[in-house]
Amino acid sequence: MTIASAQMTKRADVTGHRVTGLVLLLIGLAIFGLFGAALEPGLETKFGLNPGFGSQAIKIPDLVLPTQPAIYMLAGMAVFFGAWQLARGFRSVGAVIGIVAFCFIAAFLLWAARGKTFNLVGMLSSSLVRATPIALAALCGVISERAGVVNIAIEGIMLMATQTAVVSATISGNLYVGLVVAILTGMLLAAIHAFLAVKFKVDQIVSGVAINIFATGATSFISSRFLERNTDVLNNSGTFPVIAIPLLSKIPILGPIFFANNIIVYLMILLVVALHVLLFYTPWGLRTRAVGEHPKAADTLGINVYLMRYVNVILGGAIAGVGGAYFSIGSVGRFDEIMTAGKGFIGLAAMIFGKWNPVGAFFSSLLFGFADSLQVKLQILRVPIPSEFLLMAPYIVTMVVLAGVVGRAIPPAADGVPYEKD
Amino acid sequence: MEQTQATPELRSGSTPAPGAPAPGAPAPKARAKQRAQVPSLQTFLIPLLAVLTGLIIGGIVILVTDAVVVAAFRNFFREPGEALKAVWHSIASAYGSLLSGSFGSPREIIEGLQTYFAVGDPAPLLQAIYPITESLVASTPYIFAGLGVAVGFKCGLFNIGAEGQFFVGALGSAFVGYKLIGVPWFIHLPLAVLGGAVAGALWGAIPGYLKAATGGHEVVNTIMMNWIAFRLSDWLLNGPMKAPGYRPVTPQIEASAELPRLFALPIRFNVGFFLALAVAALIYWLIYKTTVGYEIRAVGANPDAARYAGMSITRNFVLTMMLSGGLAGLAGASQVLGIDHWVGQGFSAGYGFDAIAIALLGKSHPAGVVLAALLFGTLRSGATRMQSLAGIPIDIISIIQGLVIVFVAAPAIIRWLFRIRAGREEKLVLTRGWGA
Repeated sequence: MTIASAQMTKRADVTGHRVTGLVLLLIGLAIFGLFGAALEPGLETKFGLNPGFGSQAIKIPDLVLPTQPAIYMLAGMAVFFGAWQLARGFRSVGAVIGIVAFCFIAAFLLWAARGKTFNLVGMLSSSLVRATPIALAALCGVISERAGVVNIAIEGIMLMATQTAVVSATISGNLYVGLVVAILTGMLLAAIHAFLAVKFKVDQIVSGVAINIFATGATSFISSRFLERNTDVLNNSGTFPVIAIPLLSKIPILGPIFFANNIIVYLMILLVVALHVLLFYTPWGLRTRAVGEHPKAADTLGINVYLMRYVNVILGGAIAGVGGAYFSIGSVGRFDEIMTAGKGFIGLAAMIFGKWNPVGAFFSSLLFGFADSLQVKLQILRVPIPSEFLLMAPYIVTMVVLAGVVGRAIPPAADGVPYEKD
Repeated sequence: MEQTQATPELRSGSTPAPGAPAPGAPAPKARAKQRAQVPSLQTFLIPLLAVLTGLIIGGIVILVTDAVVVAAFRNFFREPGEALKAVWHSIASAYGSLLSGSFGSPREIIEGLQTYFAVGDPAPLLQAIYPITESLVASTPYIFAGLGVAVGFKCGLFNIGAEGQFFVGALGSAFVGYKLIGVPWFIHLPLAVLGGAVAGALWGAIPGYLKAATGGHEVVNTIMMNWIAFRLSDWLLNGPMKAPGYRPVTPQIEASAELPRLFALPIRFNVGFFLALAVAALIYWLIYKTTVGYEIRAVGANPDAARYAGMSITRNFVLTMMLSGGLAGLAGASQVLGIDHWVGQGFSAGYGFDAIAIALLGKSHPAGVVLAALLFGTLRSGATRMQSLAGIPIDIISIIQGLVIVFVAAPAIIRWLFRIRAGREEKLVLTRGWGA
């Protein structure tokens, strides 16, 4: 890089930082204008810190905040950070954007729930639940793409698994049978994807889209041919019960969020940890990453590239199968057509946002889960925004996140490139 | 980073598939000539066999899910004849109604012609050609939407958002169609068509811009735009664009915005079909005979090379996605202005996803897309009849489509199934990682 171009890049960077700063400053003012200024003084917002009902956690008092001063404080924070960014620039722009985004959302919640009670813990706990399928989709993406196979079929895999899970669970009368069948379904469809991608070197996006279309058609076909007429015997399984972990679930705030969930949520958390350990601390993980970064080098060292890719994609399918099970036997106990509603694709965005890292993918899934549950809570609070627009929130957040993060998040080098042995 | 990114990009383009030419292949000179002029036999053979295989597997799905057939097979060893009869009956009633739903019955058409020439009464003839016209009616939006996805492929962009663009285009057309009152048709109709195209183009431009400016992958973004379009239409149909009454639908469009129909009802065949053919010709000209099209193809084949040649990647991505979305929007417009005359919930009904199969099957060439669209339109209108007569859900078409995409994308499977020798073929490469 020449000196001139380096200088130009630096100048562009500085301008970029200034623009960011200005935008953040404006957001701060917007918080003030939109939420703070128009309020009648003296209102209070109550944040409930105990989950709804049936919880064993120790009760703690609600958090009561005076609405207007609290919003002014948040607006001031956002303005301060924006101004500082404009004038001096922070080292970590992402963190600043995060802080201001938090200010905005917090102020919005304070405003939306003014004069009412808003169950904060309830919402955070439903964020985790709603993040579960997204996180599982993201983990499926991580494990496939770390081995160099782009898996865009996650949506279809989950949809198919959703259906097989509920049908087999209803017929057998055992939810665990449903879970196992969902996993097997996921593995089967993923195996088809792997077969097309590895053996036939089909473009992985095309193959993924084909599987998605096939899954949509097949599930709708089965649904209208069998399930609609025989709901009771085929499509009514019940759901996994909530298992409260003794002791841990009694911790205030954290207990009800993390330790009073159903098996699929626990399984997701377990998988995040397990995949992280597997990917970064075991020979298998090293091989997987080698195959995804530089398959030729891996091959030279005696790693079977094709086998690694098959194994990883199929394992990913198993994880997506669990994610599929969440939709039916993990939450409502029946199958509806296209009930995955784009969660597989949102999972891919979470994977990218999490930099192809299981733990990162988990936290970014939480962000999407938060957007999803926020949308539900806001409808309950009767915010004067049409519910259809609130329902768009997760999709818009996905696009914004994707726009902001891609380019800075670097995918595995051989991601999506079929490997051809010489 | 740059190095590794370049690898997949260089793979695309029209490089011949690796591997030595099959014995008995034409001499290089003849091959070059052939490439320029006549497409080889395999260009048609593989897609046809792909569709055939899809139909066969679809038939198996129908059989396996048919309670009568399954029951008959329980007694297969006692009464094999009964089982085979059940198979035949199931398949014949399914694909028989599919065929008659697609083409009508030849006997009735001949009788209709005879009556028409003998007595001058067109009613029986119109009755007889109704299924064929319905197939053409169903093909019309497919041609537009298939062209849209194909244009995207030419630039290396995978537009899965045709579904949302179709919906938004339909809403745009309907809006112009019912909002403008008292305008002569030669102004109103073009405006309504344009309304659909512009709405679709805008919807497509957003992911195109995001791809060019930020690198956000168009596959994820177009899917997100689909969902946003569905929610937006829910809101519009229940709010600003709702017709008086309790159903969430738009008002009927004015008669001056309707695409003229060529026969009396119930035949819904209209000039939209010819418009679609004209647009296909236009797209052919644009892609293959103009500088704009050359740039689009160059960017699709190798973005890096195109950039070094001074072409703007951003401009071409946005332009292509606008074109692609605009065509999908036209598909929605043709459906609203030509057939339904109003828009309700669930209006798009899979047209956008079918378009992907059509573009792939037609090898992203306008002529191929028209042929593939005719085929899928025929299938769809036949499947509607199959659903009502044989009770087979129309979703079987999606199953067949998924299979067709797989077979078209992996011709090796078809060659292995039918023992066809490998020929020269272009390989479609869209996976460019998430960042490039």
